[in-house]
Amino acid sequence: MNSIAMLQNQVKYVNKAFWRNPASAFFTFAFPLMFLVIFTSLLGHHSIKVSPTRSVDLSTYYVVSMAAYAVISACYNNIAVGLAIQRDSGVLKRTRGTPIPGGIYILGRLVHAIFVSVILVAITAAYGTLFYHASLPTGWSLAKFLLMLIVGALTFCALGFAVTCLIPNADAAPAIVNASILPLLFLSGIFIALSSNAPTWMVWVARIFPIRHFALGMQAGFVGTTFNWMDVVIVAAWGLGGFLVSYRFFSWEPQR
Amino acid sequence: MNSAQSPVAIEVKDLTKNYGTNAALRGVSLEIRQGEIFALLGPNGAGKTTFVEILEGFRHRDGGDVHVFGIDPDHQPMALKTRVGIVLQSSGMDRYLNVAESVAMYSSYYPHPRPVDEILALVGLEAKRNERVLRLSGGQQRRLDVAIALAGNPDLLFLDEPTTGFDPSARREVWEVIKNLRGLGKTVVLTTHFMDEAQYLADRLAVIAYGRIVAEGDPATLAGRDRRLATVHFSLPAGVAPPPEFGFNEKANNVFEVSSKQVAQDLFNLTSWALSVGVDLADLRVDRPTLEDVYLELTAEVDDSNVLAVRS
Repeated sequence: MNSIAMLQNQVKYVNKAFWRNPASAFFTFAFPLMFLVIFTSLLGHHSIKVSPTRSVDLSTYYVVSMAAYAVISACYNNIAVGLAIQRDSGVLKRTRGTPIPGGIYILGRLVHAIFVSVILVAITAAYGTLFYHASLPTGWSLAKFLLMLIVGALTFCALGFAVTCLIPNADAAPAIVNASILPLLFLSGIFIALSSNAPTWMVWVARIFPIRHFALGMQAGFVGTTFNWMDVVIVAAWGLGGFLVSYRFFSWEPQR
Repeated sequence: MNSAQSPVAIEVKDLTKNYGTNAALRGVSLEIRQGEIFALLGPNGAGKTTFVEILEGFRHRDGGDVHVFGIDPDHQPMALKTRVGIVLQSSGMDRYLNVAESVAMYSSYYPHPRPVDEILALVGLEAKRNERVLRLSGGQQRRLDVAIALAGNPDLLFLDEPTTGFDPSARREVWEVIKNLRGLGKTVVLTTHFMDEAQYLADRLAVIAYGRIVAEGDPATLAGRDRRLATVHFSLPAGVAPPPEFGFNEKANNVFEVSSKQVAQDLFNLTSWALSVGVDLADLRVDRPTLEDVYLELTAEVDDSNVLAVRS
């Protein structure tokens, strides 16, 4: 079988296992959609300043934020927890004893995570359009939106692979993954918008880590704020860092 | 299968492996022929898993030569992987796939896989083909491990402690599957610390202890087990003793024993005498040293020499 066929085949099995596993189907897939419904219903009628001159409904803001969160959940959380459990239980070691190239196996998870991300973003956007008249990006801004989406998905997958190198065993996986991502989601204005009087340190945290840049890039497409290429560059730089760390430290065998 | 003339499947010379300052393998040499079921027997920590994991390509050796079908696992791991099936000591599966999907997934990694239905029949899991992995019993999961190892239609199968931690019926299930592999002409290398497992399954075995092979041979003749003297035991009612010229020693109260050079003659003498004096020999027994006796002797000897080596 050639590499492409092998990859397709691998994605098929990852996909089957994903939807049948209640933990991944719920936490990765249903969670972001649940938050979307809660936040928009609860706070949707407020409005928020997205630039000095523009305000949008908070519902539109949350459609974008939850789309960003969905990508992070499908890529970072899903891959880090899933892979750590597979490594701990010896699935990865078993795979290592077969002729499938390691790169194809890993790519299978990555392609699947991007596939789940795209579905989640599509559902989120459709929900926003139907219930809150959020306008969908078109033309050039759609292209930039999709670019940000793919760069972000790749980056959060790479960071997911990288963080598995720090996870000692399956039990620690959800704890380490949530402890590393949840505070940053809050500090990056994903759940609660960062107002102009947010403390300086918080603004700096948001500037350093990739989540806010990713959300801003997505927002540009949806809301029509300025698309800043620097956001893409910073997100991609984190992705490259994640890739290098995983390339160097990734292990196929349980860490004991 | 008479494998004495078969080509060599695995050739290992002076293999050494250290973990830090701890020598796991201290010069192991071994030849395993194609079509053979070979058992590597040894206590926990003897180096069994290290040995097979070097052959499988999971670990790198520190010294010596290793060839599996003429391939050095350190240099051409991919060439080796297509010809080898591995059952690790314990390793998980994607629990949400079903049995047939799991085998099909692993089959898809190999250039010349064996048909999934054929494999399921071989390991007796046809009836469970649509069952999710997480609903299988321990024995069934182990049979699925073997099925997955057979997916690529390998010439050689490694089974690392295939029945450790299993109840007797699950062990039997797995044993029958391994026995069936003989009919396929596969070479099987199995590690175990169960004497009965080695005896039941293996054509040939080696005992490994403290990183060295201490004996190698047929399970029936290992370490000259077949040439050792049989022991005849029996007991008699109080006050009755066999004629001294028979050479029986009283081991305990009215319990007699002799190491017999001529078992038939000794038994004839004993039973004729018993009939003539009218005593029964209800617990008459003839024993040979079991594989376990030989094994315990072998591993104990090495234990001592190891201690001496460390002291000196």
